[in-house]
Amino acid sequence: MTQNTELLRIEELVLYFNSLQGPVQAVDGVNFSLDSNRAVVILGESGCGKSSLAKAILRLLPRNAGTYSGRIYLDGQDVMLFTEEEFRQNIRWASISMVPQAAMNALNPVIRVGEQVAEPAIVHLGVDKAGAISLVRKMFQHVGVPDDFISRYPFELSGGMRQRVAIAMALVTSPNLIILDEPTSALDVLTQANIFNVLKRLKKELGISFILITHDIATSSELADDVAVMYAGQIVEVSDAHRFFDGPQHPYSKKLLASVPRLHGDSEPEFITGRPPSLINLPKGCRFSDRCPSRFEKCVEDPPVIEADGRKVKCWLYS
Amino acid sequence: MSASLAKAVENKEDLRKVLLSIDDLHVWFELRKFGFGHAGYVKAVDGVTFDVHRGETIAVVGESGCGKSSLMKTILGLYKPTKGEIIFDDKNLKDLDTKGMHWYHSHVGYVQQDPYGALPSFMNVKRILEEPLIIGGVKDKEERNQRIRKALEEVKMSPVDDFLPKYPHMLSGGQQQRVVIARAMIMEPKFLVADEPVSMLDASVRVEILKLLRGLQELHHLSVIYITHDLSTVSYFSERIFVMYAGNLVEKAKVRQVLDNPLHPYTVALLTGTSEPDAKNADTYKEIPPGEPPSLVKPPPGCRFHPRCSKAIKGLCEIKEPPDFEPEPGHLVACWLYEK
Amino acid sequence: MIALKNSLRDLVRYPSAVLGLVIIFILMGIAVYALVTIPYSEAVRLWRGGEDVWYQNPKYAAPTWYNFFSSKKEPVSFAVNTADGSMKKTVTSNSPDISTVDIIYSFDYNYDTYPQEMTLYFNTTFTDKLPFASIVWITPDGRKIKIANMAVDHKSTYRFSQDPKLQKSLKSENVMQALFSDLKAEDPTLIKGQYQLAITGTTFEKASDINAQFVFHGDLFGLAGTDKYRRDLLLPLLYGTPIALAFGLLAALGTALLTMIIAAIGTWYGGWVDELIQRITEVNLVLPFLAILIMIGTFYSRSIWLMLGVTILLSIFSGQIKTYRAIFLQSKESSYIEAARAYGASNSRIIFTYLIPRMIPLLIPALVSSVPSFVFLEASLAVLGLGDPVLPTWGKIIDDAFTDGALYRGLYYWVLEPAVLLMITGLGFAMLGFALDRIFNPRLRDI
Repeated sequence: MTQNTELLRIEELVLYFNSLQGPVQAVDGVNFSLDSNRAVVILGESGCGKSSLAKAILRLLPRNAGTYSGRIYLDGQDVMLFTEEEFRQNIRWASISMVPQAAMNALNPVIRVGEQVAEPAIVHLGVDKAGAISLVRKMFQHVGVPDDFISRYPFELSGGMRQRVAIAMALVTSPNLIILDEPTSALDVLTQANIFNVLKRLKKELGISFILITHDIATSSELADDVAVMYAGQIVEVSDAHRFFDGPQHPYSKKLLASVPRLHGDSEPEFITGRPPSLINLPKGCRFSDRCPSRFEKCVEDPPVIEADGRKVKCWLYS
Repeated sequence: MSASLAKAVENKEDLRKVLLSIDDLHVWFELRKFGFGHAGYVKAVDGVTFDVHRGETIAVVGESGCGKSSLMKTILGLYKPTKGEIIFDDKNLKDLDTKGMHWYHSHVGYVQQDPYGALPSFMNVKRILEEPLIIGGVKDKEERNQRIRKALEEVKMSPVDDFLPKYPHMLSGGQQQRVVIARAMIMEPKFLVADEPVSMLDASVRVEILKLLRGLQELHHLSVIYITHDLSTVSYFSERIFVMYAGNLVEKAKVRQVLDNPLHPYTVALLTGTSEPDAKNADTYKEIPPGEPPSLVKPPPGCRFHPRCSKAIKGLCEIKEPPDFEPEPGHLVACWLYEK
Repeated sequence: MIALKNSLRDLVRYPSAVLGLVIIFILMGIAVYALVTIPYSEAVRLWRGGEDVWYQNPKYAAPTWYNFFSSKKEPVSFAVNTADGSMKKTVTSNSPDISTVDIIYSFDYNYDTYPQEMTLYFNTTFTDKLPFASIVWITPDGRKIKIANMAVDHKSTYRFSQDPKLQKSLKSENVMQALFSDLKAEDPTLIKGQYQLAITGTTFEKASDINAQFVFHGDLFGLAGTDKYRRDLLLPLLYGTPIALAFGLLAALGTALLTMIIAAIGTWYGGWVDELIQRITEVNLVLPFLAILIMIGTFYSRSIWLMLGVTILLSIFSGQIKTYRAIFLQSKESSYIEAARAYGASNSRIIFTYLIPRMIPLLIPALVSSVPSFVFLEASLAVLGLGDPVLPTWGKIIDDAFTDGALYRGLYYWVLEPAVLLMITGLGFAMLGFALDRIFNPRLRDI
């Protein structure tokens, strides 16, 4: 059953890191929203700040974090105002959980897999060990891991299995939203397809929402209901998946889509010249302008976000 | 046309002759128990046969653990074959002594997956490119410098002087990979082995590098073995495809043949599993075989894919290993479904 | 090399490292100064020359700066002579053959204790007739004390405290006390003020001449004091610096490099080469290091070069090999090594051009941190009596002090000076080594 209520709304989220050369403006005023039981994919290349966005939403700030501001509305409540303890108890893993990048390598090698997945349940739901294990069994069923794997160690599992375990660990507290950071980048084709089947089923059967962060445009379409394209710390386009993959608006999105090689390659894929700007020395004006084929005089100014027909794009061409 | 190609044409070399011939190659690694006892073999490559012609690009496609890395490293001369023959330019690798192997190494270029790891971090670009030349016996310093400059220009890293003193950590991923390619090309090899050359690069850079490789291949009439798990890049860059599973080549054909008419159930699965950017994907489940690739220590009897194959023929597929059948000319498949 | 510059920049952020570097630079400065101002032969002469070299110095004298710390000021030794003009001499000719040589030396004595000894060394020239000298001592309170009248030979020595005639005339065995206080007073205390030594000499030939050297042995001497043999301790302290540094650095460098090379070779070739090296290492770990050095020193030779060589030899096959081996095993599998094999690099090339340069950042902190232990080793060998027989080293000072019961006698300076230098050296290198470790260690992740 789909309820089109707004689950998450992010306004002007900012996260800078301190570095020897100056502040790294990884997340620079990000705005988007997500309805419940929908999946949004944050598309971007390496260095655009998308992993930092995940950390910013879950308040997993590293030691060198600098400016951190903005508003994150979860079910109408601004969770940025919560204290550390409130956030830890109520939000992190309780409402929003995460499958981090290379999650399969993030499993503790000396603890059995079942125990690891049980841990968030014990901490957040307050169940005892037996109750947690039965929850783990249920989660393993959802993600397609056989029961007898509960007592195994991570090194006994293949990469695909470990990734499924990581997803189970994110699921066990029945969150409303799961953030996935490059869930399949290190996996083979068939394993990848299997994982996405799992995610699709979870979305349908459990009504969970997803934020999928990836640079892989092709696989992103497997899960996406909405697409947000990130470039140099900013969101440059937001659109629903159907209209995005048929016809993207922002010049960067167009180039990204054109660079994907196709199985039945009739036309040559294109590549984008130049490199993304460093997040420390950001250019003035539109950050994509020096690589943009449609650049014109107005682009020396930072473009506003233009909303039309349920799609948002940050580009002067649409004003 | 490059100098080597021009020379070849002049000598009326058969430009399509077989450059590399692999015959029933087996590469087994011994498993030691506690350092003493023998616990079996990892049969990474278990009976592989194919030919590579001059100027031809072959894609070897397979998932991790199928043995393609071991196959490639044996071709490069880093592992010794347990059984079978590798014949390069009419010379059997088994018969080559150290000097012969030296000659062989200078005729094969190797492009690796991880561009940063493939470059020694304590050497600058000039030094990195100089190494194969020094080892290859190019004594004249001027000649070395010239060849280095030419190699960098060919991989479109200009102005050359800007890049020569740089260290790997100062370059972007794409630039690092160009240096790796330049290093592979600097001895003017006859063929290149490229192991997932773009999988660790950004999407927009991948296409650039693949185009560069294709350009080099055309210019020098190179043969390329392109190893990848990403089927979508294959049609841009290869003429023939070999699909590898659990140490065997299960399908060998021209690219168009495989993409339009995949025969082996595993190939079909791979193609189904490969995503294209299409919003309708979110509403459909992909039909893929369950389970995982088998262990190479104790592969399943008969056809190695049979435990996962929905079309397995009972009484046949789990007992006998299928030979190569040729249902259409130039399209070989190792599957009992195509027994005439 | 750019990495080196960056590392130097990182280093400066650690105050302990800066301090360590400063200490090391100072030590190196001392070493260079010592080597430049005192050539080797001179050093050996001063150290082992014998009485002739040392006679001017007092025995067991503490350094001059002791007076800063004590309320009782002790007298500082000095020596003056007529030859270089530090003691004034006037010659008056009375007749063609006879001349009077007047030598006067006045000095201020404001100390609280009596000096050890005063000695006059006469150096005269004559053919037949010996010159004659009359020595008078003038106290601040105006007393003129006749010291001696004597004929002086070519080389004569007059020791004030050992002249029985003087003892008799002063009515005291303690000549120094008698000369520096008024024994006839009720409560004889030391009189401070200006004292004068007047020597009236007479020569009886035209070409005859008298030169005198007045050596005053106080309780204090020089910057570093003296030892039992009257040797100025400043020499071994100064000259010991380059020796200690050289031994420490050479041993550390030699050991580190060779250990790394052997570990690399073993790891790369594997098989029996690796096994052999591992077994040698394991046996060597059990061997008693110091005992072997003692054996060699006792039965063969104590030369410092031999000790250095044996030290390095025994230190190479150490536990460090196992550490390097672990890291090399990992490095062996890196992509760039694989690429090198693919373009035909030979084994030795891979080891020396590809594997080892990767390890050098690792090596540097270990090297720096190991210098102190080798410096201490050299000192320990000396204390055990196995020090180099010829060279003046810090360890030798401690050895001599120990043999002579310096601490028992209260001659703390003799032990403390070399000990403090050893500690400072150790501290300097250790601080630098720790800071380097902190800088280079994150880079280990790259391996």
